[in-house]
Amino acid sequence: MIRKYSVLVSLVVLAVVMLVPFVVVTLNAVKSPADYSSGGPLSLPGELYLDGIVRFWNRVDFGGKLWNSLLISGSVAVLAVVLSVLNAYALGIGRVRGRVWILVAFLMANTLPQEALVYPLYYLSKQVGLYDTRLGVIIIFTVIQSAFGTYLLSSVLSRFPPEILEAAALDGAGRWRALWQVVVPISRPTLSVLLVFFFIWTWNEFFLPLVFLISNDNQTVPVALGVLQGDKMMDATMSSASALLGILPAVVFFLIFQRTLTRGVTVGAIK
Amino acid sequence: MKRSRRGGYWVFLLPSALLFTAVVVVPFLMNVGIGFTRWQGIGAPKWIGLDNYTRLLADERFWASFRNNVALIVAMAIIPTIIGLVLAATLFDHVGKKFGPRTAGALRAAYYLPQVLPVAVAGIVWGWIMHPRFGALNELLGLLGMEPRNWLGDPSWALPSVMAIMVWFQIGYPVVIFMAGLQRVDPALYEAAETDGASWWRRFWHITITQIRPEIYVVLLTCTIAALKVFGPIFVLTRGGPGGATLVPSYFSYQNFFEKANVGYGSAIATVLTLLIIMVTVFFLRIQDRES
Repeated sequence: MIRKYSVLVSLVVLAVVMLVPFVVVTLNAVKSPADYSSGGPLSLPGELYLDGIVRFWNRVDFGGKLWNSLLISGSVAVLAVVLSVLNAYALGIGRVRGRVWILVAFLMANTLPQEALVYPLYYLSKQVGLYDTRLGVIIIFTVIQSAFGTYLLSSVLSRFPPEILEAAALDGAGRWRALWQVVVPISRPTLSVLLVFFFIWTWNEFFLPLVFLISNDNQTVPVALGVLQGDKMMDATMSSASALLGILPAVVFFLIFQRTLTRGVTVGAIK
Repeated sequence: MKRSRRGGYWVFLLPSALLFTAVVVVPFLMNVGIGFTRWQGIGAPKWIGLDNYTRLLADERFWASFRNNVALIVAMAIIPTIIGLVLAATLFDHVGKKFGPRTAGALRAAYYLPQVLPVAVAGIVWGWIMHPRFGALNELLGLLGMEPRNWLGDPSWALPSVMAIMVWFQIGYPVVIFMAGLQRVDPALYEAAETDGASWWRRFWHITITQIRPEIYVVLLTCTIAALKVFGPIFVLTRGGPGGATLVPSYFSYQNFFEKANVGYGSAIATVLTLLIIMVTVFFLRIQDRES
């Protein structure tokens, strides 16, 4: 009996340890500076104080950062899924010649460190006027994410039942129509998993957005928060508020997409 | 218009072919090429052959960055895999059966929560907790009668601190993958072992580990690659400091690109990092192949 519960208790203790950072950050984000200086970081806030969050929000124009992140991640998710579908249609269903090598190339592109692309991309994007634009980042991540999507979706589509395609061809559907009216609707579950993954992966990206989005108006949430780290203007409660604002969207997405994510997490494991 | 049943599908690859050439192929080849030059990022690059690479081999900072990277592989791949195996097996085999799947699911969600954060934000959270002046960690240790430290600013503590943060961040991923893997293990195996009187550890060793070996490889491979690429937490927490104590190749190349304008040298570092990642990938795929 004691043994039965001792295992559970230690697992619960570990879970609490894992969650403590979230709790501590939240407590201090809603604590007034006066409250903090008298009680320190571990005390409970005497009252709910949202001024720190509001001040930080306004100072960095957090709404604008949220919009940039949403715009970039949303566009990348949609465009990368479209690109992955087109590729996978040719590779998985069309079985074009040399498809194994093409797939290896996509897989390599997916494992390449971004460090090995960053300077030429920085240089080239300046030449064509895409540096420090959200469009530039959208294009780059569309390609990077679709490398993974192509790899995954090709193997899914290579098992696509040929009878369905033959039936569509008998009905007079060309390849283009067969793709959008037959293949895409039937593959919807896989596509929605990909869409969610691309969205979250792009949201979480830091390195390339840090290099490419230097002006305040274009920055994403993680970049804006990361650049402000160690800012002398930020006191303890305001730093805490900034951390909380970074946590909240991620947790909200997790809750919204939880079902899709748990269904697809083993899919994402390949990445 | 009637075309042969096969063939003609390559048209669908065209948009990707164009974009891939522009965003991946050309930049990658350029990076390899720049690695053989001395270049400030403006003017014409000067060809210097393998000079950057001979310089790398003699550069103490470069070797230090790889040593730190090995430490991060331990923190991001090896420790989380071991802890993840024990947790997943316990949750699946013990908690799930004795306390119901809901309890197991809730615990799994708690372990997984850090994983949903952008890794840079995870760094920000811990930067706050470990802050020497106002952080919660020193306050807590003070209550326990221990002395405060500058966790991220002290050269001998910075790397262990970053490692601890990365363990916290990573644990949930193997737990979730391994628990999903355990779903496909035949319960009869466990029952048979139990009736034979095999201890929990024996069952763990002989059934759990062997049955979910594919998942273990996937986790080790993906986490090792993630550790080799790690940048966000280093940028946010320590900027490679103090005194290079947490420098990693990724941040080292960034410094050379954008802070020191040693573009040729930065490209050489990035190329070496790429080779290393390819080698790790091939190594894992080989083992996996031999196993199956």
